[in-house]
Amino acid sequence: MIINHPLLGPRDSSEFVYLGDACLINRPAWVGERTEGEDVNDAKTAEALQQYHDYVHLRQNNAGEHKELWYHEQGDRSWLVVTRNTITHEIYNVELAKDVALANKTARATQGGKK
Amino acid sequence: MRNSGFRYSGFRYSGFRYSGFKVIKEALTGHKGWKPVWRTPEPKKEYDIIIIGGGGHGLATAHYLASRYNITNVAVLEKGWIGGGNVGRNTTIIRSNYLHPENQPFYELSMKLWEGLEQDLNYNAMVSQRGILNLYHSDGQRDAYVRRGNSMLMSGADAQLLDQEGVRELYPFLDFDNARFPIKGGLLQKRGGTVRHDAVAWGYARGADSRGVDIIQNCEVTGFLIKDGKCTGVKTNKGNIGAKKVASCVAGSSSRVMSQAGMNLPIESHVLQAFVSEGLKPIIDGVITFGAGHFYISQSDKGGLVFGGDIDGYNTYAQRGNLPVVEDVCESGMAIMPSIGRAKLLRNWGGVMDMSMDGSPFIDRTHIKGLYFNGGWCYGGFKATPASGLCYAHLLATDTPHEVARGYRLDRFKTGNIVDENGRGAQPNTH
Repeated sequence: MIINHPLLGPRDSSEFVYLGDACLINRPAWVGERTEGEDVNDAKTAEALQQYHDYVHLRQNNAGEHKELWYHEQGDRSWLVVTRNTITHEIYNVELAKDVALANKTARATQGGKK
Repeated sequence: MRNSGFRYSGFRYSGFRYSGFKVIKEALTGHKGWKPVWRTPEPKKEYDIIIIGGGGHGLATAHYLASRYNITNVAVLEKGWIGGGNVGRNTTIIRSNYLHPENQPFYELSMKLWEGLEQDLNYNAMVSQRGILNLYHSDGQRDAYVRRGNSMLMSGADAQLLDQEGVRELYPFLDFDNARFPIKGGLLQKRGGTVRHDAVAWGYARGADSRGVDIIQNCEVTGFLIKDGKCTGVKTNKGNIGAKKVASCVAGSSSRVMSQAGMNLPIESHVLQAFVSEGLKPIIDGVITFGAGHFYISQSDKGGLVFGGDIDGYNTYAQRGNLPVVEDVCESGMAIMPSIGRAKLLRNWGGVMDMSMDGSPFIDRTHIKGLYFNGGWCYGGFKATPASGLCYAHLLATDTPHEVARGYRLDRFKTGNIVDENGRGAQPNTH
């Protein structure tokens, strides 16, 4: 597979290390910090644990279009979000992970604002 | 051809269905007299148990449900044809050389079932206990193999640590003085070996069918019938089929099937490539694995060298891989066995694996009542076929996990009971 690096142009996929689903960018907030004496077995903690479990261990594992994180280890060491078809290996789009993460953050902030 | 009387009485007395005389007769008459050994039934409206997936594990599950738990109102639904998936794509190796107490007794049970498989099925699966040798290349690796060997012995399996001379006696042609990865010795399991993989699917299919299990091919499951948190059947391209219990057994496509029940699994799908060379004269009489990279090799009875290595490492459902891994596999082969360099590659192919978050499988209930899950076999599914079938049948029949499969729970990441042989964490492509 050839990955079309947004800065360096077409590079062979063997220069990259694969991490996994791009949902790994969106790490859930951890509510570990508590004031003294506060009950840590409350619903809030249970929900945070559940979210963290899902984030670390569960995957959609799509057949078809899949957004995923690749690290250009043998190159400029940038993290990329590659949109690729897991049935045909065709690559549709390559972005810098930083741009995707910032866009996600903006989207979340806008969503939050609407609420 | 198969009338019902033949079907029910046929299994035990079917030993004479194949004979030398029959082979000669068929050879002289254009092979027109062979009959199918399982039926092609239309699905009934309802079954006690529906097994999704007619691969090795699904057919084994059906066979053991019928033969050991007397549950015969069972259907195996297969999207394509039985044995067309990973059971026909693996490198046919069987072994029980695991480390962890959640794994090793399970794989040892599997080995024992392999040893009695042909008698149980009355079918020649060419189980060949030719021995598997894991090479080690450093002191640290030797120590790890000592520990693994002890774990194997504790479970009742056999294990033998060989020094360099011991390995040299078995395989004098290996590159013992390799500058980077000299071979220092190996861990030998003599009871390991190879099995004719297609025959496993066919033997289990015949065993299940002859006891009344319906094997329904070209029947794709397109959804689950779920009402009030209870699964009551499946939607298929042949219409809805009801069932008291539905058992998914489709490793490689687990996420695709279970997403129809709204589930996300701790699994990624990856492709593993396998290779076979042109036919050569006998040179490797066992199975050899490289300790410094991922490479394993054996020789088929037809003479082809059968070998493979790492998964490609990215999510895929394509049953084909890319060239960098081909290169890596061939380099590893050259590193232990330079004589392989002049053999021509005949074919290579790929199979899609359920790579789980800790490298270990699942045989468990789901949160949906009546829906069961078997998957996550990574690239170790073939050797597990008999035990996976037996343990899944046990779970389906009794609703309790089999003694040796208690660790294979779907919620083990939440409860902290992960079974991580390699200690690599939630990174499926490294297991």
